[in-house]
Amino acid sequence: MLLTRKASGQAVAQSRLARGLSGALAKTMDRRSFLKRSGVTLGAGAVASQLPFSMIGTAEAQSAPDGKVEVKRTVCTHCSVGCAIDAVVQNGVWVRQEPVFDSPINLGAHCAKGASIREHGIAHDSHRLKYPMKLEGGKWKRVSWDQAYDEIAQKLLQIKKESTADATFWIGSSKHNNEQSYLMCKWVRLFGTNNTDHQARICHSTTVSGIANTWGYGAMTNSYNDEQNSKCMLFFGSNAAEAHPVSMLHTLHAKENGAKVIVADPRFTRTAAKADKYVRVRSGTDVAFLFGLLYHVFKNGWEDKKYIHDRVYGMDKVKAEVMEKYTPAAVEAVTGVPEAEMYEVAKMLAENRPGFIIWAMGQTQHSNGNAIVRASAVLMLALGNVGRSGGGCNIYRGHDNVQGATDLGPNPDSLPAYYGLAPGSFAHWARVWNVDLDWLKKQYASEAMMAKPGITVSRWHDAVLENPDHLDQEGRIRAVIYWGHAPNSQSRGLDMVEAMKKLDLLVVVDPYPSATAAMFAMVRKDGAYLLPAATQLECPGSVTASNRSLQWREKVIEPMFESRTDHMIMYQLAQKLGFADQLIGKKDGKQSIKLVKGKGGMDEPDIEDITREFNRGSWTIGYTGQSPERMQAHMRNMHVFDVKTLRAKGGKDAKTGYDLTGDYFGMPWPCYGTAAIKHPGSPNLYDTTRHMMDGGNCFRANFGIEKDGVNLLAEDGVASKGSDITTGYPEFDHVLLKKLGWWDELTDEEKKEAEGKNWKTDLSGGIQRVSMKHGCSPFGNAKARAVVWNFPDGVPLHREPIYSPKPELVAKWPTHDDQKNRWRMPVLFKTVQQKAVADKAHEKFPLILTSGRIVEYEGGGDETRSNPWLAELQQDCYIEINPKTAADRGVRHGEFVWVSTPSGARLKVKAKVTEGVGPDTCFIPFHFAGWWQGQDMLPYYPEGAAPIVRGEAVNTATTYGYDIVTMMQETKTTICQVAKA
Amino acid sequence: MARMKFLCDAERCIECNGCVTACKQENEVPWGVNRRRVVTINDGVVGAEKSISVACMHCSDAPCMAVCPVDCFYKTEDGVVLHDKDLCIGCGYCFYACPFGAPQFPQAGAFGLRGKMDKCTFCAGGPETDRSEAEFTKYGRNRLAEGKLPACAEMCSTKALLGGDGDVIADIYRERVLRRGKGSEVWGWGTAYGPGRPGATPPQPARKS
Repeated sequence: MLLTRKASGQAVAQSRLARGLSGALAKTMDRRSFLKRSGVTLGAGAVASQLPFSMIGTAEAQSAPDGKVEVKRTVCTHCSVGCAIDAVVQNGVWVRQEPVFDSPINLGAHCAKGASIREHGIAHDSHRLKYPMKLEGGKWKRVSWDQAYDEIAQKLLQIKKESTADATFWIGSSKHNNEQSYLMCKWVRLFGTNNTDHQARICHSTTVSGIANTWGYGAMTNSYNDEQNSKCMLFFGSNAAEAHPVSMLHTLHAKENGAKVIVADPRFTRTAAKADKYVRVRSGTDVAFLFGLLYHVFKNGWEDKKYIHDRVYGMDKVKAEVMEKYTPAAVEAVTGVPEAEMYEVAKMLAENRPGFIIWAMGQTQHSNGNAIVRASAVLMLALGNVGRSGGGCNIYRGHDNVQGATDLGPNPDSLPAYYGLAPGSFAHWARVWNVDLDWLKKQYASEAMMAKPGITVSRWHDAVLENPDHLDQEGRIRAVIYWGHAPNSQSRGLDMVEAMKKLDLLVVVDPYPSATAAMFAMVRKDGAYLLPAATQLECPGSVTASNRSLQWREKVIEPMFESRTDHMIMYQLAQKLGFADQLIGKKDGKQSIKLVKGKGGMDEPDIEDITREFNRGSWTIGYTGQSPERMQAHMRNMHVFDVKTLRAKGGKDAKTGYDLTGDYFGMPWPCYGTAAIKHPGSPNLYDTTRHMMDGGNCFRANFGIEKDGVNLLAEDGVASKGSDITTGYPEFDHVLLKKLGWWDELTDEEKKEAEGKNWKTDLSGGIQRVSMKHGCSPFGNAKARAVVWNFPDGVPLHREPIYSPKPELVAKWPTHDDQKNRWRMPVLFKTVQQKAVADKAHEKFPLILTSGRIVEYEGGGDETRSNPWLAELQQDCYIEINPKTAADRGVRHGEFVWVSTPSGARLKVKAKVTEGVGPDTCFIPFHFAGWWQGQDMLPYYPEGAAPIVRGEAVNTATTYGYDIVTMMQETKTTICQVAKA
Repeated sequence: MARMKFLCDAERCIECNGCVTACKQENEVPWGVNRRRVVTINDGVVGAEKSISVACMHCSDAPCMAVCPVDCFYKTEDGVVLHDKDLCIGCGYCFYACPFGAPQFPQAGAFGLRGKMDKCTFCAGGPETDRSEAEFTKYGRNRLAEGKLPACAEMCSTKALLGGDGDVIADIYRERVLRRGKGSEVWGWGTAYGPGRPGATPPQPARKS
């Protein structure tokens, strides 16, 4: 909803693209794609026409325009759906964008962001950061790349010398492609610290941890497309219509074929408007809601008993707890949902199988997020929905490559591909990297620090402000590098600014200077550098969509202005810091990654070689089979992939002769083995109805063989189709292979490598190849765990939010005890919660404040708020409040209000009065920044680089609260008061 | 001969504004001029909220054409309603006549000061030579001349907005209605293309033309 319509001001010059445009497009339209456009494509019902043939004649008869016209195929950078785009480039200028109807993921469809992505290529009126800058005397001053590098490197080396590398914090990006993410993960380790993190921490860390601990991999189990095979979809914690609009293409198609759509949410969202059933739930009561549903499932005997017996561990314990604690009365008291509605939803789920539960940050960003996502998984397990087409946990990731960055990128607790930080993990990767392990160890403060998970992005400011004696590392954080990450996506903005006051060094590497620069300049006179990075449309590379499919982006245009690609910046900074050779694996006459000429003839690591390097090492999650050649063949031949199954029925790539038959689009990971064995990718995880070499799999055997005498492996007769072992089995290693008598099926070369190794560390891929040849999963065949005994709440438990609006429920459902050391720092739970109760915070702040996405913007929003076509659509930050709440406070629609929270911050935003939220709840979108408690921060941005639309960041005012397992921040439930401004 | 029509399926429209920015970027439409916009009615009301994408509907019997004092409108052989900005005097009569609020003006002001009227062209340009720079500058892209459909409909995120030969989109929509077993009323269709009963007429079975 547009609250203000400013027609003037920063309007866009109409003629800015008119230059050199004459008829550029005739070449991009061939006869085949025309026919495709004009026919009804696929089940989803595409736009169609029947133009007179005379028109085609006109189009084809146009004379070829001047200048070289090329069409580059890329992928939208604004969410995890992975919509393909054909960019039309004339003489190096991005002049138009065309829909890719062939893409099985989006069939040409785009939301507001994807449909205007061409803005990234427009130099005129650009709000990009155009050259390196330095804060000097409170002013942003242009400097050269060399000067910036020299000064940054000098400072970093000084800090490292004085305080170890752990005094630096590296915030990477879910917007980097896989190659850059992977390189950054490695880069930070070569510098000598685990203090690195990225958006996944504050997006889906609870999902990744909670779900991986339940059944193996912490990712979306199926695809958006597979919803077309579903009978029921429960959206709980996802507003897909705004956050993942193109996914709704598949959802609504399923709905038209009879699938039920249920939305449970504190807000009546745009997604809810399309649902068969909407349930309003109090924010932060997710476990109670999910287990409230499970109560009815158990009570009515709707659970899938055979499935539970065969494939699930611990459901009996869950059942006992559910029946005792989550009675209809207790659930209504907590969630506000009456028994009849709970029963109705449970019945819909039970009667319409297979079904999905779908979530995004609505479930994850809570102080008990790990329990919430596991409760979702348990509900699906009880219904027998996981490990099949049409059912499971469709977990929608946020950024375009947050899945890939989670899998391969700069995580504080793991080397690439979830190998962790054990000595063996470093040994494995040092071998892949062609880096001397002893040299690597010396880069770190100590071997103990090497094995210790780093600080998280949600709390880096605490690592600056905390008493150093309480930190589990040598001193506090002194330097922070924001490399493609917004500051306004982290909670407790007031504290972040306090931390900025104390930093020795801040570096922002970003296409947009971002609110980080403005916040810093607001409180500091010097100590910061801004480096202009290229966007993902200015470099090639692979990107992993939410459904685990990898797509290859072609470079659309050269990096604009003085910007450089992220991997070039990584290499150049490594040169200054003295580990450039290690970064590209140059040792003993070998070099893992070759250098190629990038912008301005400067050296940069070859992207495809980086892909090949992670292909060589990422066995755990099957990032091994997706070679650059295979990915590129998929992108050239999107039309052969079926929309409902994602599978290629046939087809050969004309350029390389690669046979696409049987591949799933983008080879969704795990794509085990080397590219040569042609594993097709896994469209739906843990699907035992398919053969391993057909994308089938089992639940992972990652938690032992038995627990307290109870079997953890799958029961007899349960295995993926065609498996030579028809019962549960552990993960494969050289010993198991020998016991089974399969060892001699390895080639001599494979044997040499596989000796003493397991399926994760055998670089030949032989162990994986042979196990799959016998139809067996390399990672074993086990049960999913309904009870995750290694977590604080083995059985998920409802705990009231830290700032609860209901003190009487805090007494019954309290949060955790305070923790002395989690992720190198103390973290408070009960202290804060009980103080809020003692202070009667719920009386001063009687409304629940939650936050979320809107369709026009993405993430912290600096990039999208700089796009005039998007900016025009949302010109103000706003708060959604119920008509009653507004009327009681004398607030009218469109007026400014002050929103205050227990953090002490005050936000000045416009009121959007709507029944979409209940009288107890308010909602603020989280994409805004650039206002600070009522003040426009425009003077603090570098000139010409402030976003068009600025507004209050909701996270300036969000309060303390973290998930005990992952340090996910609580942003979805806090309390506030609203007053007329 | 094809007869070009728009149809927005409210069961599918999610107000993602993809159509709006697709139009804006393809035609380089300035701030303040909205050839297409998405309207949500009953925002937040359970069971009643609907979104629809609205632009010039290229009416069969277009009221704008009927009232224009300088007769700047014309209709192409595909049924697309276009206008000649060289003739337009910015009087705003078309705006008052249009049931969809389609005509837009670059400036606010009294009679004659609003500037040349601008509206959706069904991505079919204007009277200038097809796909010329002059045509692009005044009217935006001429996609029909390239054998393409309007950018808004081609890029619609959920295929809610259909644009193209009226017979074909009626067929697509009819199939959806049959599959859903409900909801055959299409907002605006009757007003734009029907026999005069506003909003009442669902697409009829295709006739061979």
